[in-house]
This record gives sequence, C-alpha cells and structure tokens, in this order.
Amino acid sequence: MKKRLLSLLCAVLLLLSLVGCSDGGNTAEGKQSINVYNWGEYIDQSVLDDFEDKTGIHVNYTTYASNEEMYSKIVSGAASYDVIIPSEYMISKMINEDLLAELNFDNIPNYKYIGDEYRGLSYDPDEKYSVPYTWGTVVIVYNTKYVDEEDVKDESIELLWNEKYAGNILMFDNPRDAFALAHIKLGHSMNTTNPEDWYEAAEELKKQKPLVQAYVMDQIFDKMLNEEAYIAAYYAGDAMTMMDENEHLAAYVPKEGANMFFDSMCVLKNSQNKEGAEKFINFMCETDIAVRNAEAVWYAIPHTAAYEALDPEQREDPLVYPPRETLDKCEVFINLNEETLILQSELWINLKTQY
Amino acid sequence: MSKAVTIGNKKATVAPFSSWMVVFVLVPMALVVYYAFTSSEGGFTLDNLKWIYTYRSTMFLSLRLAFTATAICLLLAYPIAYSMSRASEKIQRNATLIIMLPMWMNFLVRTYSWMTILENNGLINSALRSVFSLFGGEFDGFQLINNRGAIVLGMVYNFLPYMILPIYTSLTKIDNSLLEAARDLGSDGFNVFRRVILPLSVPGIISGITMVFIPSISTFIISRILGGGKDFLIGDLIEDYFLGNSGVVNYNIGAALSMVLMVLILVATFFMNHFDKDAKTSGGGRI
Repeated sequence: MKKRLLSLLCAVLLLLSLVGCSDGGNTAEGKQSINVYNWGEYIDQSVLDDFEDKTGIHVNYTTYASNEEMYSKIVSGAASYDVIIPSEYMISKMINEDLLAELNFDNIPNYKYIGDEYRGLSYDPDEKYSVPYTWGTVVIVYNTKYVDEEDVKDESIELLWNEKYAGNILMFDNPRDAFALAHIKLGHSMNTTNPEDWYEAAEELKKQKPLVQAYVMDQIFDKMLNEEAYIAAYYAGDAMTMMDENEHLAAYVPKEGANMFFDSMCVLKNSQNKEGAEKFINFMCETDIAVRNAEAVWYAIPHTAAYEALDPEQREDPLVYPPRETLDKCEVFINLNEETLILQSELWINLKTQY
Repeated sequence: MSKAVTIGNKKATVAPFSSWMVVFVLVPMALVVYYAFTSSEGGFTLDNLKWIYTYRSTMFLSLRLAFTATAICLLLAYPIAYSMSRASEKIQRNATLIIMLPMWMNFLVRTYSWMTILENNGLINSALRSVFSLFGGEFDGFQLINNRGAIVLGMVYNFLPYMILPIYTSLTKIDNSLLEAARDLGSDGFNVFRRVILPLSVPGIISGITMVFIPSISTFIISRILGGGKDFLIGDLIEDYFLGNSGVVNYNIGAALSMVLMVLILVATFFMNHFDKDAKTSGGGRI
C-alpha cells in the first residue's frame, strides 16, 4: 500500500513538472509571469513584489556573475528569459547577433525620464533596444586598517600589484575586467586589438597571480566585509554597499583610469511575454521605484527625476557620481572582434593553468 | 517481494529502463563524441584532440587531486563502515541517518560553509587566536584556504558518504556463519579480517572508489570556492569552454576534453569490474 502511494506521488510530481514548464509566460493558474535575468546583488528585491502586486505579473528572478555567463546561457537556449540587464559591449554584440527585440516605447512612457546624455550611446545609437538601468566605474576598494596611507595616497592602480600585500589582494574572476586593469596599468586602451598589448597584459596578470588571494566575483562581499582580504578592484556601486557595511573600507577611482560601464534593460527577441517585459522595464523607471532601487544598490542612475529625489549623501558622493575630470580618464568597453576574443580566452586559460 | 515476477516477455519489462538509458545516457554521450570530432563549421576534424595534449598538466593535476581525495576517503570510510556494521541495529540506523543528513543540504551551501570555517578570520583560526591570546601569545593563523589542500578537503567532505555507504552495505551482507567458521578453524581476529571480511567487502570498496573518484575528477565548483579560483581543474576548463566565461564558447573543445574524462572513467570502471568478478562474492555492495 505504502509503495503504491509513493509511486502515485511520484507520478503526480512528474506530471506537475511537465505542466510547469509547458506554458510560456503563464503559470498554472493562468497568472502571467516574466523571467528576469540580472547581475547578482543588483536590485532591491522588494520591488519585485511591488511589481507583482501592481500588475499581477509574477517575476521569476535569476542572477548571473558576468556578461559572458549570461550570453552563453541565452545562446545555448537552455533557458528562456524576457528581461536581461547586460553591459554596453554585450548589448552591441547581442544587437549584432539579432538576439534583442526592438522595444515598443509606447509601453515604456517612463523612458522620458532618462537623461539625454545616456540616450543613443554608441552601443544602441538609435535608441531601439535598451533602456539604461545604472552606470558606474570600476574602483579600487581597500581596508584602511591594513593598508598604509602611504600606499594609497597617489590613488594608483599599482596597489593591485603591491608585493607588500601579497596574499591579500582579490582580483576579478572574469577576463574582460581583469585584462582591463592590466591594460590600464600598461597605459593601453582596454579595447586594444593589438595582440602585443594583450601578451604584455597577460604578463602583468601572471606577475600578479602569486600576490592574489583569490579570483572572485560576488564572493568579494564576504571576503572584504570579513576583512579576509585587504584590497580588491570591483564595480563602484557594490564597493559603496561594502563601505556602508564595514566602516574601515575606502575606495578610489585609479588615477590612471578605469572602466566605465552602462548597464541597460533589454528584452530578448524570443521573449514569450514581451508586453509583460516592457511593463517591467517601465515599472523600474517609475521615479519612486528607481529611487528606492538606487538607494539599495548604490549605482549611479540615468533617471533624471529619481536623481533629483535621491538622498543627497548618495547624490553628492564622488565615487557614485564621479566628477567630469575623473570620467574623462575612464573608458567604455566596446565589443572586441573575434580574433581578440579568442586571444583573450587563450591567455586567460593560460593564466589559470600555469601551476 | 522476493519472487521475480515476469510479465509478458523479457523485452517488454526492460523497455522503460532501456529507453531511459538511451535518452539520458547514450544520446548525451553520443553528442559529446559528435562534438569532439567536428569543427565549429560542422565538418569532421581531429583538431580538437590536440587540446587534450595542451592541457595535459591540468589533466594530471585533476587526476592527482582526485586520487588523493579517493585514497583519504577510503582510509576514513573503512573503519567507520566497519564499526557501523558491528554495532547494534539502532546505532546502525542512527549512524546512517547522520551520514546522510548533510546530503539533505545543498552541495554549494555545504562547500561555502567550509569557506567560513577555513578562512584566515574563519572559525578555526579565530578559535586558535583566542586560545593564544589567553596565554598572551600572538598567532598569525594557518593558511587553510585557497590552496590544493583545501580543494582535497572539499572533495573528501562532500563525497565521503558515497564511500562509507557502499562499504557498509557490503559489510552487513557478510554471513556471520562465515566468520564463525573462520574462528572455528583457528583464525585469530586479524586473520579473520584479512582473509574473510576484507575480500568479501571488495565490491563495496570498488563501488565506493568509483563513486568518489568520478565526481572528484570532474568537480569544478570546489576548486573555485575553496581553491581561490587560481588553478583550473579539468572540470573548470570544460565548464569554461561550454559557458564561455573567458569570452569564447567552444563546444567542440569542451566535448573533446569531456571525452577524455569519459574514457578515463570507462577504463577505470572496466578494471574495477574485473576486480569485482575476481572477488566472486554474492554480497554486492552497490547502491
């Protein structure tokens, strides 16, 4: 008897799982849903509930750790998503490969709040595919308890290569960001396609490897907050979040320059619920929602009305909204050509397989 | 329960099993082989295989770590399984439960928790530090994480139950009268173990070894979390080629590297099975 019950239960479970995945955009009760795929630690999760309360659309929320991870997941067709929030170079790559849907801006009236300087940037020049979400730069975070003032007063990128702190430095675990730092150190453009520049940058990373405690992405929060490591390079908003939680942390934009990024909301071409996805994008651009979200994630926002309504402490922070002269030293990623990508991949794997 | 029931002909009864095997084992394996021997344009090529040579040092490192982890698991698991099998039924039940308990938690969560245990400011080092400070001493802390040892520890911790349980099962299946007979015929305790118990538990050891070695050699997340992401193991490399974290997605190279792993595992299992047959037991510790 017991056994029969068990097999019945199994059968029911199997059936349920079949039902669960067969209807794009609709859950079993006929409720609408959308799949949102975003960077880790990059949203105020409570706005997702508000969105569901307001529109009745359920949000299935999942996260990734890098643009490349997101891209391969989508290209493999292993999962279907509606809204994604990639960085600029990945957006232009995805536009080229015809993966993104043209947005219907009638459904996104709040686009009017997006500041002029954030519209029509080179990755989406005709403003067809993307709605800017946040922007920021890469900064160097350090712990004032362990790092001497002497070593940070020139605000240099060299800190990441300082042998004094061997074993206490964290580095990006994705090649694009890691190589960008090495290129900056050498004075190259981070979008260089000259193989020589890439070999030189790889040498720098190899030199740095013995000093590195670990290559991390979201684990950085844990390690910096627990003072497990003293120095790291990371995205400004996340750095601000960490500084908020540990008073000994400080950060600067390196004087040699840094990567400046724009992350924008896009809808995938094969979205099962494009209208729901556009509703979501519009919702994220509601002024009060944008303020709440910005105050949670600490990234700079392109939303003019929300910017005005921000807590002045955040609005006036030079790390969140760096002054013009700092931004002038920064560079935005552009999509690398195929040969350079292959070289980057080879050099990165080489770095990780030199024992 | 004990009687085998035959419904219709034999073929019909194995149909569910064989279709399962075809869909979830043979087809995926065929796909791996297909990708390994094709280029990105789809034509036949042997080029992908040269990457196996390129990454030989990664392969050896993974083999070494997996061997070490398996050996440690065996050394730890056998005494545990042995004392379990000799204990009262109640203790056996509880011990099995305790061994299974951590497996109810997600693998990733368990591995992450080791991070907070091993870190320089983690549980072990802070505890040692407070002990030292009691005596007015200074203690820098041991380097317990972000090295190979931590990777092996992660493997041993995560896969140890897969070694204990099959050995335990094969030990409990040993007929007690055999041990009594050995005693009657004049064997001392050590000889009973060496000449009766150990040979009869070989099937359990074999399946334990396979069940620990295979996940150990193919793991990729343990090296990232506990090894600091500095050194790729073969699993990391395969993941990288399939997910394109380094900027290039290449199923063909990824498949070629996976194929080596498959061949390695097949060869190992073949030898193991051979061993198994030599042991000629009816015990059978497979789970």
